[in-house]
Amino acid sequence: MTFSQTSDPSSWQRLRDRISHISLPWRVTWIYLSIMLFLPTIALLLRASTTGPARFWEIATSDIALSAYNVTFVTALVTALINGVFGLLIAWVLVRYEFPGRRIMDAVIDLPFALPTAVAGLTLATVYSPNGWIGSLLAPLGIRVSFTRLGVAVAMLFISLPFVVRTLQPVLQEMEREIEEAAWSLGASQWQTFWRVLLPPLVPAMLTGVALGFSRAVGEYGSIVIVAGNIPFQDLIAPVLVFQRLEQFDYVGATVIGTVMLVVSLLLLLGINLLQAWGRRYEF
Amino acid sequence: MNSRVKPIEPFSAASEGAAKVPATPQPRWVKWVLVGTAIAYLALILFVPALNVFVQAFSEGVGPFLSNLTDPDFINAVRLTLIITLIVVPINTVFGLCAAWAIARNQFPGRTLLISLIDLPFSISPVVAGLMIVLLYGQRGWFGPLLESMNLKVIFALPGMVFATAFVTLPFVAREVIPVLEEIGRDQEEAAKTLGSGDWQTFWRVTLPNIRWGLLYGLILTSARAMGEFGAVAVVSGNIIGKTQTLPLFVEEAYKQYQTQAAFSAAILLGLLAVITLILKEIVERRTRIKAPRESLD
Repeated sequence: MTFSQTSDPSSWQRLRDRISHISLPWRVTWIYLSIMLFLPTIALLLRASTTGPARFWEIATSDIALSAYNVTFVTALVTALINGVFGLLIAWVLVRYEFPGRRIMDAVIDLPFALPTAVAGLTLATVYSPNGWIGSLLAPLGIRVSFTRLGVAVAMLFISLPFVVRTLQPVLQEMEREIEEAAWSLGASQWQTFWRVLLPPLVPAMLTGVALGFSRAVGEYGSIVIVAGNIPFQDLIAPVLVFQRLEQFDYVGATVIGTVMLVVSLLLLLGINLLQAWGRRYEF
Repeated sequence: MNSRVKPIEPFSAASEGAAKVPATPQPRWVKWVLVGTAIAYLALILFVPALNVFVQAFSEGVGPFLSNLTDPDFINAVRLTLIITLIVVPINTVFGLCAAWAIARNQFPGRTLLISLIDLPFSISPVVAGLMIVLLYGQRGWFGPLLESMNLKVIFALPGMVFATAFVTLPFVAREVIPVLEEIGRDQEEAAKTLGSGDWQTFWRVTLPNIRWGLLYGLILTSARAMGEFGAVAVVSGNIIGKTQTLPLFVEEAYKQYQTQAAFSAAILLGLLAVITLILKEIVERRTRIKAPRESLD
């Protein structure tokens, strides 16, 4: 689909000729993507570009925006890393061990994909509220989860978990046990086998999973808006800030912060693709 | 849900037959400590919250639960959710099939880029997606004046919600069908063409039966997400009760109004949707798993 520079009528003719030869699925694909995806993205970027660099910078780095980035990105990173560790553990247990309930556990891992985010937020807010099932156990310790930044973290843990497990599972399944056996029979201890033999090939998949989970957690709105208090400078995340700006008809503010979020997601997508290319080195 | 996690691939098949004996002789307690930790962690963030939905919905018995289900606002929300789903799913299915065919059956420069572009809606925050649609079709958006002169309302109305839902569910069908199409190859299609079958006939009689499980899974994911989408729809809907309130918006509104009972009654419906999705996914996975060895023979 490369359209060369067309100036003279004959190349116009050729271009038209080429377009009329494009098959129907191609045309549907490009027209639909243009209307649904490219047009909205361009609208956002052009709207942002009319703001002017100074004003853009001022809004993008205002105190409330900076604190929202902090809550969003730092919490998402910490929770993605926690899920990196526990996701590896869960994937390992699912692939390597047989125990009662393994199949159900395997199926339920996908629940955060399937459960609407509003329901996730509702139930997490209830379970972790001071009189909820888990919240009531934490309350005597002085830990409050619902309507605090910890609530944001719990919601992010919930939604980003499947990414790590599902990225690691196939890699673990394909790993050859002979290598482990060789390491062990050559005298490596359990820990040495884990750190030196098992972990290195898993690192790209683990990082990919963490990055996917992070990317999802950064954009999450539904569950967090319900479980958090959405108080500026405390637990207000960037997507909620965009939403609030829109509700106040502050289109410029919403556009600027929305553009920052969009650019971050595009960079993350690029990073994830690079990570996956790196991970493919281990495929045979 | 990313392209590298191919749920329809029979990846679990390997573990079924493989010996569950660890390669290195581990003490038994290691296994149980690891299994126990995994279960404890999942209990905290998955099992207990999931169980809570069902317990809370029936906490005051079946009576209040049923009366919540007859609330007119609730019924309106269900109806609107279904209407949006019924519009979005066919549109995105047609697009998904076209895009999958274009990608799987052609080699061209920028193929990977196109796949990434189709995946884009998964990376963009739903709120930002909603914002984009507002900037296009809102009163002060690009097409705002034009739409107003035609007396069409997109934002705070059904069309905007359809746009938002279609945006967030755009990738599902394409990404489930692409790997299946790539795997089956084009031999059968070419054979059909040689024998004189037309494009449509080939599609209906040869391609479609081959990709049916991948397509079904894509349809399930699209429908589930379409019914459950919250962020993008919340931005464009204005959440007008009885008019532009979908089921997920109803859940949030009820919760904010301290009608926890009503919120959970609606939530259980969406929760059941999630359970059905997971069960169908299991079935589809098993089907493809059983089919896989037979196909690898030829």
